[in-house]
Amino acid sequence: MTDKTAGGDVRLAGISKHYGTFTAVHPLDLTIPQGSFFALLGASGCGKTTTLRMIAGLEEPSTGTVHLGDRDVTQLPPYKRPVNTVFQSYALFPHLSIFENVAFGLRRRGIKSVKKQVEDMLELVELGQFAQRKPHQLSGGQQQRVAVARALINHPQVLLLDEPLGALDLKLRRQMQLELKRIQTEVGITFVHVTHDQEEAMTMADTVAVMNGGRVEQLGAPAELYENPRTTFVANFLGTSNLIEAEVLEAGGDDVTVASAGTKLRLPRARCSTAPKAGGRLLVGVRPEKISLVPAAEEGSVAAGRNKVPGRIADSSFIGVSTQFVVDSPVCPELEVYVQNIERDDRLVPGAEVVLHWNPEHTFGLDAAQDIDAGVETVEEGA
Amino acid sequence: MRWLRRNLVTVLGLLTLAYLLLPNVVVTVFSFNNPSGRFNYAWQEFSLDAWKDPCGVADLCGSLALSLQIALWATLGATLLGAAIAFALVRYRFRARGAVNSLIFMPMAMPEIVMAASLLALFLNMGVELGFWTILIAHVMFCLSFVVAAVKARVLSMDPRLEEAARDLYASPVQTFLRVTLPIAAPGIAAGALLSFALSFDDFIITNFNSGNTVTFPMFVWGSAQRGTPVQINVIGTAMFVIAVLVVLAAQIVGNRRKKAQPK
Repeated sequence: MTDKTAGGDVRLAGISKHYGTFTAVHPLDLTIPQGSFFALLGASGCGKTTTLRMIAGLEEPSTGTVHLGDRDVTQLPPYKRPVNTVFQSYALFPHLSIFENVAFGLRRRGIKSVKKQVEDMLELVELGQFAQRKPHQLSGGQQQRVAVARALINHPQVLLLDEPLGALDLKLRRQMQLELKRIQTEVGITFVHVTHDQEEAMTMADTVAVMNGGRVEQLGAPAELYENPRTTFVANFLGTSNLIEAEVLEAGGDDVTVASAGTKLRLPRARCSTAPKAGGRLLVGVRPEKISLVPAAEEGSVAAGRNKVPGRIADSSFIGVSTQFVVDSPVCPELEVYVQNIERDDRLVPGAEVVLHWNPEHTFGLDAAQDIDAGVETVEEGA
Repeated sequence: MRWLRRNLVTVLGLLTLAYLLLPNVVVTVFSFNNPSGRFNYAWQEFSLDAWKDPCGVADLCGSLALSLQIALWATLGATLLGAAIAFALVRYRFRARGAVNSLIFMPMAMPEIVMAASLLALFLNMGVELGFWTILIAHVMFCLSFVVAAVKARVLSMDPRLEEAARDLYASPVQTFLRVTLPIAAPGIAAGALLSFALSFDDFIITNFNSGNTVTFPMFVWGSAQRGTPVQINVIGTAMFVIAVLVVLAAQIVGNRRKKAQPK
């Protein structure tokens, strides 16, 4: 069913939006390939929803153009665009039955025999027996599926999803993430998904664009973004990063050597987002799950060539599959370390002196001129 | 004692209901009276005479027909204008929107007798002949604010995303209004219309000032109360009460049926 005709991409060229003196979206160029599951990720107020609404036609861009394939749709009103939206609050018509809600788009385009199509669509979202109910008689998850069916039945070129899972509880959200991914694979339509939930974006999307302050901060596949963040915002917003301020000692070869509080660390030059210069400064990043912990007495057992940092456990919390430690170290206070609970070492308790070590390959370097805490506090619930 | 404590709310509720309904009961009972004199204030004997000949009193049915006619037209006019104003006030930002918003509720706040007198002064100064049209104009005016209040509340509580969703689903602006906006606002519009009808039908003060020689039903009742009240007035009153109760009951039954028809 995957129909990938060439030229069906969504292309945004120099698109921006101002409200008076406030700039919601800075001029933005973005190409969303046909058939992909694309996520716009960012905290509230970062311009992701405005961008989505400009694609839908519900918001008029201040500058720039929107192309669907070869067609310039910038001037088209929303009801003339082959694009449909799943709204945050679902926006199901309260006075119409589920059947009529789903049939709405077909009827407006003058299609007479809608019964078969609507029934098939309700089957796809597993709501066949609810056709005659009113929206308020369904649960949140069911309403959400109706909203998806109501949009998908029109076979849009692009389906826009505006925080569609925001109102659902965690378990249902996980279930719907997989469900939406399945539907997308099945119908092969381009999905553009707006969310503030980084896990949701990474689970579902092929490509994620991280937005901050009306700009796209970084764009790429989820694993690529996670492993190689190019800014502190991305490093902190997508998962958790330990960022260590360090001085560059040597930047000549394939490896860069840096020092922080007298501890030498190595990282691959290829994983630095800026060109490091000897004597300059660099933010050295490592993800909490890449780090291993041993008691200080067993420092000798750590293989040579690994990055080693001393520290003392400040706090630990057991969360089932793993234990999360907070370690105070001379190089950086409050380093986060996640250790899988394969064999639990009962010497790793708060107050214990430890050595943290990790593979230098798992280290990335960021430009030290940025705010080290960017993207940390912005991870919160809300639209 | 314990019984009373447990059922206090029910007892109080029934007493309040009795307080509200007692006047209606008196009206109904006296519609079956056969009064000895001109005044229908003392019970004499049971009789169906008035029910058999409700129009038996001169001018009564004429005034009733006139009142119904005015109420219908006033409802139509006030509902159309009021709904339009309500939509404009909620949806659009225009100059003097705040002023319109508060001025529209003036007729509700102003003492009716003052409005009546000022309207009369206006009509006389403009040289308009008092009668059907002046009554209608006055009624549309004071019904308007009630329609605006009812419709505005409904439109304000409406999710603007519903209309966006309709536009997103290929509905043109006209279709969006007819298929989504209007049906959702309908209960508010209906409430405003019913209120208008009731207010217009039994208005006395404003009508009395601006009617000239025209006599509406409330004016007829007032006039006859000075000379003697025919039993037919009670008959009409009772009939209207019964019709209103039946309409409410029918609406409830239809509503319940609809709820039951949907599988839970």
